[in-house]
Amino acid sequence: MTGHTPSANEKAIFTRTKGLTDTAFTYCAGCMHGIVHRLVAESLEELDVLGKTIGIAPVGCSVTATNFFNCDMLQASHGRAAAAATGVKRVNPDNIVFSYQGDGDLAAIGTAESVHAAARGEHITVIFINNAIYGMTGGQMAPTTMPGQITQTSPYGRIIAQDGYPLRVVEMLATLDGVAYAERVTVDTPKNIRTAKRAIRKAFEYQRDKVGYTIIEVLCTCPTNWGLNPLESADWMRENMFPYYPLGVYRDVKAEGYANIVDAAAALLEEQTAAEAERQAAEAAKEAAKVAAKGGGE
Amino acid sequence: MKTPMTNLEMRLAGYGGQGVLFAGRVIATAGLLSGREVSWLPSYGPEMRGGTCNCSIIISDDPIGTPLVVDPQIIIAMNKLSFDRFNDSIVPGGLMIVDDSTFAMEATRDDIENIIYPYAQFASDNDCSDEQGNPLGNLLMVGALWKATQFCSEDILDEALVQSIPERKTALLEVNRKALALGKGL
Amino acid sequence: MTQPQREAKRLMKGNEAVAEAAIRAGCRTYFGYPITPQNELAAYMSKRMPQVDGVFVQAESETGAINMVYGAAAAGARVLTSSSSPGVALKAEGISYLAAADLPSVIINIQRGGPGLGTIQPSQGDYFMSTKAPGHGDFKCLVYAPSTVQEMADMVGDAFEKADEYLMPAIILSDGLLGQMMEPVALPPIKDPADCPQHDWALTGTRGKRAPQEVNSLRLYPEQLEATNNERYAMYDRIKAKEQQAEMYRTDDADIIVVAYGASARTAKSAVDLARDAGVRAGMVRPLLVWPFPDDALDSLITGGTAKGFLTVEMSMGQMVEDVQLLVNGRLPIDSFNRTGGLVPEPKAIAERIEKLYKQTAEGGN
Repeated sequence: MTGHTPSANEKAIFTRTKGLTDTAFTYCAGCMHGIVHRLVAESLEELDVLGKTIGIAPVGCSVTATNFFNCDMLQASHGRAAAAATGVKRVNPDNIVFSYQGDGDLAAIGTAESVHAAARGEHITVIFINNAIYGMTGGQMAPTTMPGQITQTSPYGRIIAQDGYPLRVVEMLATLDGVAYAERVTVDTPKNIRTAKRAIRKAFEYQRDKVGYTIIEVLCTCPTNWGLNPLESADWMRENMFPYYPLGVYRDVKAEGYANIVDAAAALLEEQTAAEAERQAAEAAKEAAKVAAKGGGE
Repeated sequence: MKTPMTNLEMRLAGYGGQGVLFAGRVIATAGLLSGREVSWLPSYGPEMRGGTCNCSIIISDDPIGTPLVVDPQIIIAMNKLSFDRFNDSIVPGGLMIVDDSTFAMEATRDDIENIIYPYAQFASDNDCSDEQGNPLGNLLMVGALWKATQFCSEDILDEALVQSIPERKTALLEVNRKALALGKGL
Repeated sequence: MTQPQREAKRLMKGNEAVAEAAIRAGCRTYFGYPITPQNELAAYMSKRMPQVDGVFVQAESETGAINMVYGAAAAGARVLTSSSSPGVALKAEGISYLAAADLPSVIINIQRGGPGLGTIQPSQGDYFMSTKAPGHGDFKCLVYAPSTVQEMADMVGDAFEKADEYLMPAIILSDGLLGQMMEPVALPPIKDPADCPQHDWALTGTRGKRAPQEVNSLRLYPEQLEATNNERYAMYDRIKAKEQQAEMYRTDDADIIVVAYGASARTAKSAVDLARDAGVRAGMVRPLLVWPFPDDALDSLITGGTAKGFLTVEMSMGQMVEDVQLLVNGRLPIDSFNRTGGLVPEPKAIAERIEKLYKQTAEGGN
């Protein structure tokens, strides 16, 4: 791609981020991968960490992300990005490591790897693309496919009695002590894109500062496999996915007043220990009262 | 014992917690310190869970093929179960050392040497127990083995004991030494 | 140059000796998952790695562990994982990726009996899985077959070196017997991790000093994948020419050649001596690596040697025997002695089979 060099009377107000290579995206029209790629790349550039970043591309449409991010990249097998990221990060703890994973990758075949990387509090950033479908393989039902949604493998719509319920990933992971920051965002409007950018950048800042594991879930569209045009897709996402997958922050240990996951986990345990002591004391008092009421006879 | 000592094959067996594997380690280490080839192979798996455990030891002048002991010259049985299980496997001219602290046991073979003694009880009576109060009958039996076979020098046996005790348990060295001496004296 | 002195022999379990030897070979990164009969190995690593500023992670699964290995290897680390048969089967996916991404690493298999849950007792039932390809696609691993605790300690260092030289995964194909037993072992000298090969392809971040690089096994275009496979198989040919290793025991004048590796070779060796005592000229070829298989050693005993027949001894239903068959290619009779279920061959029984095969070959020669 050839850039335009501004002449003397022109001023550059928007430039391509150094975090992306010059390779043009090969994603489908209306796919939101391109936007999310740019937000990740801009964040890495702004934080000046491109030179120490290793990205992990998964199996899925974003398997080709290795062509687009302008940093070291590792391609992992289906579902294992979090494990591979763990390996990379543990060897060089000062690197910035992110995985970029879809819903099938992260929330079906890679659930164990994803949950345990979060539970260990690996200092990695997971960018989770939730578009409610397997894209690369041609539109099969994903763990996040909506009830009633028609896909290649749910031709009658996702039937709850048969297929169970969609997974709310950030809600689930936010319950884990290892998670420092978990937020769900989307990129359907300029405003939402700005929010998503802030979230992604913050996740990388947390990683840099060793606050804990960070995950940003991005609700995205898949016009090709949904069989809708890009605008209809965005409408469909807002109408069907937003209610089931509410946008927002699900965990932010710093906002909760802690320096990192270690402090947050200690505080939680302290709180729970106190509550348990109170419960046991109340129970003992109740037992004592019962005995007293019986007058000690027996 | 009337079998040759150039290739000494033995098995130690008992309940988990009786120190079967540790006693075996002391014997094998003594073999190593004597400059001989040795192997030590534990039974492992479900057998370890509450049941019996045993280990095979070979001390040889030649490189050791299979570490499994099929035709033992010596059995050290720390309980009746082990005695019943391995008594017939001993080669003629071999040696059976058995602890009858809990069950009365009688020698059933006259083609082997039989040494029957309540080692654990004797250890207990003489304040030879580990930090959890388990009597060190195992080391008494190693002492008895040494007395019956002199399979290594006395110094080497002591050094083997020193080397076999893990760092976190060095406090138990003296009581183990005492147990070994008691066994040798019986 | 003075060679570093080996330490005095100490009594160690195979599982512990191989772990310590890996650390001494400069390995500072280990990922594992519990499975019998290799648990002492992971336990040892969990204790030692923090003492040497190393990495120990007990993964959520075998697939998790092998993919951590994949990540660490891509980051340039000398990395180890270990498991036992069913667990190594689970690692197959990751091993294929390691091979496809040309990443060095060492995988220890303390084999147990299968198929299925099988038994935790020793076995050599993973010969096919290890030597053909432990995973999908066209690839190979270097496969070391130690038969003593000393060799477990020695071979893990070799495995790391060769894995680094050829940029491929290496397997230590051991078993529950060798893992659990204690034998005297002289540990290899300590190697500083800084002296291990540094790879310029490692993903450490560009540090602003080089272009971004990737580690990737994806080859979307058919011609591209085929070219990569051809290149890799050309390397495998070079390995076959250079890296075959076998111990030749009393083979010079032998009529019957026993072929056995690992734990069963220990017994087979005793059987060769027994057969010799009974008047049969027997010998043994013991592959030290089972991939590449020591074709040349076996062939030399047929062309220009005295071999009249082969007897393979395995703790499996007969897997290595197929490599012997391929090499012998009908030129001489082959018999196989197999025990499974965790049972270990006994010298007397093998010796009888040697004598039986000898009689058959003698009759056939008339």
